[in-house]
Amino acid sequence: MGNESEIRLLGTAASPFVNRVQFALNLKSIKYEYTEEYLARKSELLLKSNPVHKKVPVLLHADKPPICESQIIIEYLDEIQPDLFQLLPSASLDRANCRFWAAYIDNKFFPLYEELRRTTKKAGQEAIKEQMIEATKLLEEAFVKSSNGKAYFGGDQVGYLDVVLGCFVRWIKHVDELNDFNTFDEVRVPELAKWAKNVSSHEALKSVTPGIETLVSFFGLLHIYKPPYQ
Amino acid sequence: MAEEVKLHSFRGSPYGCRVEIALNIKGIKYDFIQEDLNNKSPDLLKYNPVYKKIPVLVHNGNPISESVVIVEYIDDAWKGAPIMPVDAYEKARARFWAKFIDEKFIPAIFKAFVSHGEEQDILEANEQLQFLENELKVKGNKFFGGDNINLVDICAGYIAFWAGAAEEALGIEVVTRDKFPKLTEWCHNYTNCQVVKDNLPPRESLVAYYKWLFGKE
Repeated sequence: MGNESEIRLLGTAASPFVNRVQFALNLKSIKYEYTEEYLARKSELLLKSNPVHKKVPVLLHADKPPICESQIIIEYLDEIQPDLFQLLPSASLDRANCRFWAAYIDNKFFPLYEELRRTTKKAGQEAIKEQMIEATKLLEEAFVKSSNGKAYFGGDQVGYLDVVLGCFVRWIKHVDELNDFNTFDEVRVPELAKWAKNVSSHEALKSVTPGIETLVSFFGLLHIYKPPYQ
Repeated sequence: MAEEVKLHSFRGSPYGCRVEIALNIKGIKYDFIQEDLNNKSPDLLKYNPVYKKIPVLVHNGNPISESVVIVEYIDDAWKGAPIMPVDAYEKARARFWAKFIDEKFIPAIFKAFVSHGEEQDILEANEQLQFLENELKVKGNKFFGGDNINLVDICAGYIAFWAGAAEEALGIEVVTRDKFPKLTEWCHNYTNCQVVKDNLPPRESLVAYYKWLFGKE
């Protein structure tokens, strides 16, 4: 797995889903070639590789057909390189728990941030923030159960859920700042707040976390392509 | 210790059915606990506090929720006929299509049912169906899983049985035979699998239920 050109990632620097895959690749010390996609002008390769969703990230591995959807990509990486930095736990029940919370994070938790970004009316914003408070309560409980007193969902070491949720910390912080909110509030969710600090300072994630200019620029694009609700 | 397997579900639920098919593939004995969705049991609320939904599998007291998570768990936890492919790439492909069915296809076809077959809704549902038709065409196999059913077939089961019942209830056609010949053939093959046949609900009660659900009394 040392050959750099064997693995190629199509992505965009600001996307937390792309950061997620990069976090996993870095943890597993997998070298890869990265191609930045411009979402306003998607490449032929991207459209051909992901005709169903036309989205990043897309993983290209040697001569295999493309693999899409970040969680699926990460499970694939774990399968092809299980020995170095295993992300999913070995026990079936623990794996099911990881997949359950990963689905919750992508299908229920993160969409709230897109909703908030696109909601202009104050009443709507407050309702979404209430849902965020509920969601982080659940995630705090899940973290406490999963971490067993250690620093990460995965225990002493970063695991699957740390990667799945960790990639959102910077994005969430940006949306929080724009909306006078604090998702990882130290009083409301003390353990999750500590975790957010730990995971975002992990070298494997820090090295791919977008800077403020990248985020602001991307949010500008989103404002055009996925504008606020009328 | 004797193994204890319970399934909290609702007879007729396509999601509950996925789990029953998976359990049957592995030959696992289980207790079926019928839930009244208007009066959910304290156990269900305890086992699935996040969504409070069926199906929930309880294995030796440990609850697992979300049908696709449960099906993968069943494949992980028990030996026997495989439900997931062995090859890492094929596994990724199976998960991709399962996700597509649940996140893109079923919501699109459901929208077409809710609108009683609004033209735009049928068009959008057809667009999603075309991806599945192409997948069958390209692979040229009997099932999404090849010679045997896998996770994708189990998830796509909605098309094979529930969609048809909803179409009958509403008097509309979304999965057109002419437009989707491979899918039509697949539906026939899928519903004729013993392990599927044994677990399908009675069609008449499902049609009646859909007439009520989509307001076509």
